[in-house]
Amino acid sequence: MSLKTPLGRVLGLGSAKEGTDHWWGQRVSAVALLFLGSWFLYSLLGLQNFTYLEVIRFVGVPLNGVLLSLLAMTLAYHSYLGVQVVIEDYVHTPGTKVVSLLLSRFAHVFVAIAAVYAILVIGIGS
Amino acid sequence: MVLSILHRMTGVAMSIGLIVLVAWLMQAAAGPEAYLRFTAFMGSTVGRLLLVGWSFAFFFHAANGVRHLAWDTGRGFDKRSADRSAWLVLAFAVAMNTIFWWALI
Repeated sequence: MSLKTPLGRVLGLGSAKEGTDHWWGQRVSAVALLFLGSWFLYSLLGLQNFTYLEVIRFVGVPLNGVLLSLLAMTLAYHSYLGVQVVIEDYVHTPGTKVVSLLLSRFAHVFVAIAAVYAILVIGIGS
Repeated sequence: MVLSILHRMTGVAMSIGLIVLVAWLMQAAAGPEAYLRFTAFMGSTVGRLLLVGWSFAFFFHAANGVRHLAWDTGRGFDKRSADRSAWLVLAFAVAMNTIFWWALI
């Protein structure tokens, strides 16, 4: 006999209250990054000398801008989930752990916003 | 077993690489002079070595990630298969990184 409440049984969550979200989010972003990462490295092969004009022209192509934004955002999300696990595994002082997780979160959001902003600036300017 | 920690190390390495990727876009958005400062550093010997490391990290982490996804479905989890796929992942990463840089240069 289960001691779970009927609501608890329906929600299917344990004491952490988030169930399989972290695990699943990591897998979904991993599959997305297989495609986006391969596209990115393949695109780099098309750039000859990585000059300013060449890069501006590449990022300015709308589809490239969209895929680059998706790449940066998915990377930031996947990276945040990964770094979170690393911090939780290796940082044992409660205070340091909370501060590290907080800084990691801020840094990842910053990086994602910065990438999309830069891509927009280049796209609108070109 | 060694690959497990290498998966984490390449992952953390790419988290730092993500900052450089975004710096590349930010400097390009900032203008030609800022962009030139960025390429001057990344084009140096240290910069190039870092880039080779990051592309290896991508190929390794991606291939080993697929290995993890297969394990999630319960496949290839016995010791013999795991040992064999470990070598396969390493060989794939080294081969792909060589081909990538050969094609890029």
